[in-house]
Amino acid sequence: MIEVENVHKSFGDTHVLKGISTTFEDGKTNLVIGQSGSGKTVFLKCLLGLFEPEEGQICYNGQFYSELSNSERRDLRQEMGMVFQGSALFDSMTVEGNVMFPLDMFTKQSKAEMQDRVDFVLERVNLIDAHKKFPSEISGGMKKRVAIARAIVMNPKYLFCDEPNSGLDPKTAILIDNLIQEITKEYNITTIINTHDMNSVMEIGEKIIFLKDGFKEWEGTNKEIFKTDNEAVTNFVYSSELFKKVRQMYIEERN
Amino acid sequence: MVWEVFKKPTKWPIMRSRILKEIDELIFGSLGIIIFIAFFIGGVVTIQTALNLNSPFLPKSLIGFATRQSVILEFAPTFTSIIMAGKVGSYITSSIGTMRVTEQIDALEVMGVNSLNYLVFPKIIAMFMYPFAVAIAMYVGILGGWVAAVFGGYAPSGEFIKGLQLDFESFHVTYAFIKTLVFAFVIATVPSYHGFYMRGGALEVGKASTTSFVWTSVIIIILNYILTQLMLG
Repeated sequence: MIEVENVHKSFGDTHVLKGISTTFEDGKTNLVIGQSGSGKTVFLKCLLGLFEPEEGQICYNGQFYSELSNSERRDLRQEMGMVFQGSALFDSMTVEGNVMFPLDMFTKQSKAEMQDRVDFVLERVNLIDAHKKFPSEISGGMKKRVAIARAIVMNPKYLFCDEPNSGLDPKTAILIDNLIQEITKEYNITTIINTHDMNSVMEIGEKIIFLKDGFKEWEGTNKEIFKTDNEAVTNFVYSSELFKKVRQMYIEERN
Repeated sequence: MVWEVFKKPTKWPIMRSRILKEIDELIFGSLGIIIFIAFFIGGVVTIQTALNLNSPFLPKSLIGFATRQSVILEFAPTFTSIIMAGKVGSYITSSIGTMRVTEQIDALEVMGVNSLNYLVFPKIIAMFMYPFAVAIAMYVGILGGWVAAVFGGYAPSGEFIKGLQLDFESFHVTYAFIKTLVFAFVIATVPSYHGFYMRGGALEVGKASTTSFVWTSVIIIILNYILTQLMLG
């Protein structure tokens, strides 16, 4: 579980996060949504420990990040998996090398044990024949799956995903969403996803927080988001004609 | 940055393979161009010296002497380092800069890896092999001078070799290698800094490579002056 209390973050005169408080529970897929520039990525980087908030606390299973020593912070980082927007695979390594990297770096496992673990996670993300390929030789969807495999190979407690669907076709995007949700349930991980993909919101948004101008504007589930009267949320969610029609149908049905 | 490079070292088996890879890419990968340039620069120095020694009272051995002094003191260590600042320096900046742009450095940090140690330390260690490349450049440069002198008809082989042995001071070679080690550190760290701390996209990677080449060259030239004054002045 991750508890966030009144987090503020600024860059120079720009106040990006303005007192965000929320809780992310284990085994749930948590979505952070909002327009570009609303502070989603900065919030995610604060959760990852890449940015230190000026005010407020972030607590990981009872451990306050600000109170941890450097070595405790490094240990905590090894319990985190991250799927970057552009996958961030190491170009000079094969798919197998990328997934094996954290094991090689932080465990004392034998080569055979590491290989077994890599084979297992690659199979889990439905990548069977790509072991020896380089990132430049595989598709965007496959890169995302390799990034997920690399993120889960160390059995993380926390999984962070920054726009995991960006640049993917709708069908592959849904496959990636479902894969993240399955893994979250299977390993009881606290998963936090930054997105502005409304399909993801509907498919896997067990808990959603909506950021606007650095504030937490709204918090709820994917069922509640369609019923909310919050104007900022409805303007964001129903920005497309398709979703406007869906909402209209929902209101008519309710009446 | 330099302090961070030496903190929290990466596991030795991984670091060892990265150092060997960097030696292959930075040093062995540059030997071809170093040998090519050294050979022809040595030849040009010889021809120009020969053409300026018109007086019949000056012995032909001076051509070998001038070639040796020029190649060992300046051309091999400094000229080669400027070439390396372009070849190796821009490679270092663009490879680290691309990793920054594509969030690969963030990925390392999130995993708890000291990215500066993982990326820059092996380059610094690999560049300690650079004096060997400069030693080859010295040898090939003098060989190029001999070929130009003998086959160009500027000096007989015996006279040229006699000049090479004239008033030889071994400290000049030591001075050249000390300079080379300092330049090696500059070539490894300045481009790494420009790549690691760059911001932006692909265009900025190109700009950072150019900036790093300019700064590396400027620093090498200034240090060359200071070291020469301190050690030979």
